[in-house]
Amino acid sequence: MNARLAPRTDHLDELEAESIHIFREVAASFRRPVMLYSIGKDSSVLLHLLRKAFYPAKPPLPLLHVDTTWKFREMIAFRDQVAAQGDVEVLVHVNPDGVRQGISPLVHGATVHTDVMKTQALKQALDQYKFDAAIGGARRDEEKSRAKERVFSFRNAQHRWDPKHQRPEFWHTYNTQIRQGESVRVFPLSNWTEMDVWQYIRREGIPVVPLYFAKPRPVVARDGALIMVDDERFTLREGERIETRMVRFRTLGCYPLTGAVESTAATLDEIIQEMADSRSSERQGRVIDQDPSASMERKKQEGYF
Amino acid sequence: MDAAANSQSLLRFITCGSVDDGKSTLLGRLLYDAGMVPDDQLAALARDSRKLHAEAGDALDFALLTDGLDAEREQGITIDVAYRYFHTARRSFIVADCPGHEQYTRNMATGASNAELAVVLVDARKGLLPQTRRHTYICSLLGIRQVVLAVNKMDLVGCDETVYREISEAYLQLAQTLGIAKVDCLPVIAPGGDNVGTPSARLPWYQGPTLLDLLEAADAAPAQAADFRMPVQWVNRPDHTFRGYAGTICGGRVRKGDEVVVQPGVTRARIARIVTADGDLDSAGEGQAVTLCLDRELDASRGDVIADALRPAPVADQFACHLVWLGDNALLPNRTYALKIGTRTVNARVMAIKHKVDVNTQAKLAARHLALNEVGYCTVGLDEAIAFEPYATNRTLGGFILIDRQTNATVACGMLDFALKRAANVHWQHVDVDKAVRGGSMGQRPLCLWFTGLSGAGKSTIANLVEKRLHAQGHHTYLLDGDNVRHGINKDLGFTPEDRVENIRRIGEVAHLMVDAGLIVLVSAISPYRSERRSVRELFDAGEFVEVFVDTPLAECEQRDPKGLYRKARAGEIRNFTGIDAPYEVPEAPEVHLHTAGLRAEQLAEQLVAQLVERLAMPAHDDGYAI
Repeated sequence: MNARLAPRTDHLDELEAESIHIFREVAASFRRPVMLYSIGKDSSVLLHLLRKAFYPAKPPLPLLHVDTTWKFREMIAFRDQVAAQGDVEVLVHVNPDGVRQGISPLVHGATVHTDVMKTQALKQALDQYKFDAAIGGARRDEEKSRAKERVFSFRNAQHRWDPKHQRPEFWHTYNTQIRQGESVRVFPLSNWTEMDVWQYIRREGIPVVPLYFAKPRPVVARDGALIMVDDERFTLREGERIETRMVRFRTLGCYPLTGAVESTAATLDEIIQEMADSRSSERQGRVIDQDPSASMERKKQEGYF
Repeated sequence: MDAAANSQSLLRFITCGSVDDGKSTLLGRLLYDAGMVPDDQLAALARDSRKLHAEAGDALDFALLTDGLDAEREQGITIDVAYRYFHTARRSFIVADCPGHEQYTRNMATGASNAELAVVLVDARKGLLPQTRRHTYICSLLGIRQVVLAVNKMDLVGCDETVYREISEAYLQLAQTLGIAKVDCLPVIAPGGDNVGTPSARLPWYQGPTLLDLLEAADAAPAQAADFRMPVQWVNRPDHTFRGYAGTICGGRVRKGDEVVVQPGVTRARIARIVTADGDLDSAGEGQAVTLCLDRELDASRGDVIADALRPAPVADQFACHLVWLGDNALLPNRTYALKIGTRTVNARVMAIKHKVDVNTQAKLAARHLALNEVGYCTVGLDEAIAFEPYATNRTLGGFILIDRQTNATVACGMLDFALKRAANVHWQHVDVDKAVRGGSMGQRPLCLWFTGLSGAGKSTIANLVEKRLHAQGHHTYLLDGDNVRHGINKDLGFTPEDRVENIRRIGEVAHLMVDAGLIVLVSAISPYRSERRSVRELFDAGEFVEVFVDTPLAECEQRDPKGLYRKARAGEIRNFTGIDAPYEVPEAPEVHLHTAGLRAEQLAEQLVAQLVERLAMPAHDDGYAI
């Protein structure tokens, strides 16, 4: 087997140009586009590309953060910093029904929490603002069913995705035609890999949430994952105890559902090297993905991003 | 940025082969050998392999790494294009994993459209199959000029070099006839990784490079036109001090100070700035997304092409092209589709199918329509001229998609070949006496009343009464009856979908001429398709076209049966009868909706004329209609 080495980076120019092209196509073709902003590294790259695509104009579309109320505190602080820069509008939506029902990943489990606070919340927000194009940071290399996702992915008026009736995509000539009530999800990072994302962050000096960098953090080992204790809502089960370990996160989401990895990588160079040596895939840390096989496809059909 | 060095670093390729050639296994193995399969995925793979192939012990089924969707797992085949990413120390790769199954040709064309190279798989036991030829033809059609032929399952033919030689020689001949410039052949055993990432001990007679070696060394980027071209994607106008044209350069290079022309027009300007978020550039080349500022104000917008002024792109509105049909419904010549090329979207219709191409043999066959997965050589006409390039020299300005205007589905991809000379030779003659003047001298506003509905709904009866009333009011009218037209100008047309489309197109054009002559035209025609009614509507100016839906239930029409046609249709004596064995697509938003149930024709005519009062009135202060 070949040694794992980081690839050359010239191809980042090509990926960047392709993503900018996609952003511009959205702005030119849809009445009310939005960029879904999840605060993670992919969102940071998206935001950077969004600004580049329309420079010197300000981005002609707002960001939308679907807040589950269980995000890491550092993520929310980071989001608020982005909003404070003032060049892009940041909309925040929380599912009011979920709040009323007191939905919690710790009580109701990952599946219910994700459905109510993410999937349903996203649909509410898209309907409320009448967005007809929602840009997201999903990459095809993340997961098997994503590998077949289109760059412009058509959704019916109920936000459903039909994997058997996707529009074929040729060249970079995207079919942007939809009817009233229908929408598209657009993925400018489709052709990026996790490695590309980190190398681009390093090359461009893009700020990311500090949780990606290793440092001693309070964690609890639960169900095979290291869960960080981020606030007082986290309750210990019998036999559990909080330990301080040197950890970082490869993906960010709701803190009770996001496993940390033990790592000493505290800089971008160290993260990239660690990844070149890495023996596990990115989404492994996500509790929601460990449902039965192909669960992502099912969630997507129901409207999950 | 050096475009050439850049294009060396990323290779987009596709894999294609027939069902059971072992394509998914080969690709899975390639990812594994490139070191791209992490431990957790490997563990899942081992688990899944044991579950599915209890008999095979601990052998890994590499196909499971790349077979994604639930539906595919159930069917055991790959049904859609899947994209995979891997890298070696030398290069990054994007692989479009294309399905081999017969009915999914469209997915292969999709994958090939962005690829520079194809890996074609052949099962050593079976040799070249019709599908091998088909896949190679589609690669060639979509502009791929280099192929790696992987002769797989060599272990199942005893690793016999003769078998490999025979297959590769046959393939080299095939590739040559199809215009593939470069072919590399190699024998592989995908599950064992022989010649995939490492040389094979089982195939010692093959001393050439492995598949990974070949991919790392392959030329990237198809040959593109050297002349500068950039389709305008978005006009950047943050305030009155800045106006830039954002787009991705799809050919050649541009430098500050270069003279350019905004096409399809002839307005020229010089490049004042090449703007990017990382600072202005002195020059930029193919593949770069930039924003161009010109040295003077001009009216360029999305869809225009900024081109080298000394070597501009050809401009035309009629072309010869290849089409790969992707729609569930067949292509109907003369139906209007939306055509998107680069960043421009125009209305287009296929004027003629010159021939259909048998994708297995490349034989040219006569055809009246194109069905799903069929390839045709056609002439298309656009409602406005565009700047273009032949597909062979520029994929962006020569490749287009057709979109169904009712469903918005992508129904075809097309590759422009050349412009028809005719386009340049037929001009619009300017006339001084125009529609407004003619209508004005008759004291009326020209109008088209389009009656649509089932046979026997009462269209002609009502239209006749309406014409009598309008005539009595002093209007100049003409009733164009669908049945009568079929005795003359449409004598050559029958009732197939293709002929119905053409029938309505001609009636629409005639009605349009009459409106242009200043008349109020009443058209009575079943006109069963929304798409054609919409195309006719678009011939007219705003407010000129009034769609009248004569809404009589089928049961009622059938019971009336004034011409005895329903009885014949039910008896099977007439085919393609609307409402019986041919569809009627109900209007979605007609200007006038006549519910005929329980009303006499006179009442309905009265009702319609009442609704027309405003439209018929001469505008009080409209110079356009003043005498």
